[in-house]
Amino acid sequence: MKLTELAKRAGSWLQGEGPLAGIVISSRVRLARNLAGYPFLSRCDHQQKLEIQEFLRQQTSALATAEPLEYINIDEAEELDQQLLVERHLISRQHAEANGARGMAYSASEKISIMINEEDHLRLQALQPGLRLEEAWQEVDRLDDLFEAKMGYAFSSRLGYLTACPTNVGTGIRVSVMLHLPGLRMSGQMEKVVRSARDMRLAVRGLHGEGTEAAGDFYQVSNQRTLGASEQQIIEEFKNQVVPKIVDYEQKTREKLLAEHAHFVDDKAFRAMGALQNARTISSEESLELLSQLRMGVTLARVSGVKLDTLNELFLRTQPAHLQQIENRLMSTEERGLARAKYIRQELNPN
Amino acid sequence: MLCQRCNKNEATIHITEVSDGEHRESHLCEQCAEADGAVVKTPTTINQLLSSFIMAHSGVAELAELSCPECGLSFLEFRQHGLLGCANDYEVFTQALEGLLARVHGEDTHHVGKVPARGGTQQKRNMKLLRLRRELAGAVESEEYENAAQLRDRIKEFEKQ
Repeated sequence: MKLTELAKRAGSWLQGEGPLAGIVISSRVRLARNLAGYPFLSRCDHQQKLEIQEFLRQQTSALATAEPLEYINIDEAEELDQQLLVERHLISRQHAEANGARGMAYSASEKISIMINEEDHLRLQALQPGLRLEEAWQEVDRLDDLFEAKMGYAFSSRLGYLTACPTNVGTGIRVSVMLHLPGLRMSGQMEKVVRSARDMRLAVRGLHGEGTEAAGDFYQVSNQRTLGASEQQIIEEFKNQVVPKIVDYEQKTREKLLAEHAHFVDDKAFRAMGALQNARTISSEESLELLSQLRMGVTLARVSGVKLDTLNELFLRTQPAHLQQIENRLMSTEERGLARAKYIRQELNPN
Repeated sequence: MLCQRCNKNEATIHITEVSDGEHRESHLCEQCAEADGAVVKTPTTINQLLSSFIMAHSGVAELAELSCPECGLSFLEFRQHGLLGCANDYEVFTQALEGLLARVHGEDTHHVGKVPARGGTQQKRNMKLLRLRRELAGAVESEEYENAAQLRDRIKEFEKQ
């Protein structure tokens, strides 16, 4: 396992310093690009995939980025390393589980990462803590300029950047924010959010993107429209309308819960705290659920003495690949339950 | 097992909730679980969009016969997997894609965002490269090594331009 060191630290995008950090965990902007003169990946043979991987790897290592990028050959990486990168949102689950020549690279702060030969030849991503879409866009835009200076992209003046899936064509941009919405979930209002999001051409997904469940009350909201609007327009709509609306809805719901059922909110948070401080074995589902309840208590200032950063870190490092990387060995579900409970007790009990 | 909430549909989603130290199990159908916010329905897939579009389209037979001369992808294969095979597919399937793009992105299907510094000026060259690479893959597959070597040289030459 090469990535043990990575598992031991918290990504800087997870430190609760960003704007609206109580509800908005992180902001992400991703661009999809393809090399001109090569077929898209579904029509590439083995040799072509290798060529693309090798070319993009070389270009990546020569880029003048502010932070150097570390390259990892995903095809040859151990499963636990692949899994760790998924848990840290540095690559997609699809990328980890695929076959064939493919790679990724990331900066030490993890604010920049790229995927090579995922669904498109090149996927560039910038990640920021809290609501910081503008910064994420600028970061990924700069990275894109650096790559583009070295290669020709598949591009048409009418349809923009050409992507393997027509749902990404145009700007190739996917803007997404990770939101913690326990209030809306608790009061059964998520359905309304999902429905109105869909009307605005937005997608609402679970913790790890496409096809995943909304574990721990975390939801990813992202744009669907990539054509016919500029990157700036899409970002601004997100920053000024979409996110504030959902955040406001969550905040109002929490206030209402507190005004009408403070004892219920407190009971949930303190019971969660008690269970987490004392559990001897705990599954990842249960810890997600309890950490979410405790996190809401902390952001509402009902529970003191627990830092938001500590909780964010626990969410990250109690995931299966993280636990095993930190312990530096493969563990069964049962062993993970014991290790997870022990780690949470250490972090949540003073001294 | 029937859904506990509506007692009508088959329960396909099984949730174990842990609250107040108790495990509570619920068995719901997809609709009720979604209404609960317990699952997030994935947005309409491109396949669903495509299928419904094709059904509404009168020239189904015509479309079915389309395939890209550059990458060999047929429209039916695209319909099945939802992924295009090369940049040229956007030209070949343009008619069918137009409706699809409008449904996904809205009526305005003209790119108005970022443009790479070297712009669309190289589209012809890119198509030529695409064709040469396809010929190369074919030559290697049918073990025509002499031909493959020549094609490789031509690609190299072309890349320098």
